[in-house]
Amino acid sequence: MNPRLAQKIAFAVLLLATLLVVLPVLVILLIIVGKGASAISWDFLFSMPRDGMTAGGIFPAILGTLYLVLGAIIFAVPLGVMAAVYLVEYSSDNWLSRLVKLSIVNLAGVPSVVYGLFGLGIFVTFFGFGASILSGSLTLGIMILPVIITSAREALESVPRHFRTVSLSLGASRWQTIRHSVLPHALPGILTGMILGLGRVAGETAPILFTVAAFYLPRLPQSVFDQTMALPYHLYVISTQVPGIAENVRYGTALVLLTLVLLLNLAAILIRSRFRKKKKW
Amino acid sequence: MSEISIETRGLNLFYGDFQALIGIDLQIPARQVTALIGPSGCGKSTLLRVFNRMNDLIEGVRVSGQVIIDGQDIFAPGIDLLSLREKVGMVFQRPNPFPLTVYENIVFGLSVHRLARRSEYGDIVEQALRSVLLWDDLKDRLQQSALKLSLEQQQRLCIARVLPLKPQILLMDEPCSALDPFATMHIEELMQELKKEYTIVIVTHNMQQAGRASDRTGFLYLGKLIEFDETVKIFTKPAQTMTENYISGRFG
Repeated sequence: MNPRLAQKIAFAVLLLATLLVVLPVLVILLIIVGKGASAISWDFLFSMPRDGMTAGGIFPAILGTLYLVLGAIIFAVPLGVMAAVYLVEYSSDNWLSRLVKLSIVNLAGVPSVVYGLFGLGIFVTFFGFGASILSGSLTLGIMILPVIITSAREALESVPRHFRTVSLSLGASRWQTIRHSVLPHALPGILTGMILGLGRVAGETAPILFTVAAFYLPRLPQSVFDQTMALPYHLYVISTQVPGIAENVRYGTALVLLTLVLLLNLAAILIRSRFRKKKKW
Repeated sequence: MSEISIETRGLNLFYGDFQALIGIDLQIPARQVTALIGPSGCGKSTLLRVFNRMNDLIEGVRVSGQVIIDGQDIFAPGIDLLSLREKVGMVFQRPNPFPLTVYENIVFGLSVHRLARRSEYGDIVEQALRSVLLWDDLKDRLQQSALKLSLEQQQRLCIARVLPLKPQILLMDEPCSALDPFATMHIEELMQELKKEYTIVIVTHNMQQAGRASDRTGFLYLGKLIEFDETVKIFTKPAQTMTENYISGRFG
């Protein structure tokens, strides 16, 4: 074939493929915004549901999702980062540590509904936390641990070797070396893992179904041992379980969930880019 | 010979099954420049890294024999590695400042060892930079990233970085190999200044450098210390034919 023609065809096909990827996302966004925007109001965002959830707002679900995101991050980020530091900086390369690393990677592929069942068995029943924000946060935290650990490991491994060598040669202990010469430079990568985790926690439905989510609560949760409503489950409930809910309320709820995730990600990206500007090598 | 700074007795070092250093006996005098030369793979860098035990970082390294620094065998059980490395500073082949400011690079060791109060940092930074003749160039750029400096300035900064720890010994592992000839000359001049206070051991693959800059020279070949003497003797009347062959460029 004529190389110029082949070039044109290849270019067209690649462009088409790219558009086909972007198109569904755009369509989803357009539909959600188009059908949901009319529901959004101050009242919708910040008031309790009324009249069997057909009227009023979705404030308890928004707040519940924020609680769960916060809880999961507080639990999973320190634990995951510490595990990653151990794996990268301390553990020697033997079959046990390789097995641990492999298991962690594979944990990321476990379906979320399985985590839900696990959370139900361990936190709700065995530890007796009941269906509560605590159980839900811990379950979601365990679910995103593999993402956090894997990205933190990659971030730590990408810090140049000589930072460690130099620091040790100056008489710093291994911990001081990690604390001052490795972790600060791995922070952007660790935050990336956190961002990925955030999105999953906010959107996941199956694990919270088992461990925390309430169909409807007349008042806001008072402690970590209370159940809470959450956006993804609320969306499911008002779309399939309760008849007579206006379409714009359902799409409005989806829009809020989407916006919430985007805002959380945006915040994390801003933090990360500030760190990036400061540290360069 | 004058005061001895480092002494090795029957030093052997193994990487797994491979013996990299064989029966090294050596006395490095204080406040002089001692050069270690030899072809690639002869063990000169390995020997250098014995003195601050940086070889410990490599898995499968075993050492036998004694290395005495400051009256102590540094391989004796219970030796404190952190204070050993405080005493024996190291400058690497490539300039490798931390991606921090000039100031932060220099106070790194101080904060790690809690050697001074924060209020004293300013003076210590100035003193360290003056010792490596960087103060006039950098006094207004202390808060700038060290990575923005020229390579020569970076390497000087790396030397300055170890000085606040008040080391007795400076180990330099081919410190000029990433630098141009002018920068190399400047670093060599600096070594002549620094040897008034510090014992300097330098590994170099550049024989002219050993000839110009050192007081004593050790020639290593295949893990053995073939000859160790005053640099003038090594370069004019070496006792061993092998040394002579290497010096005159017949192999290596």
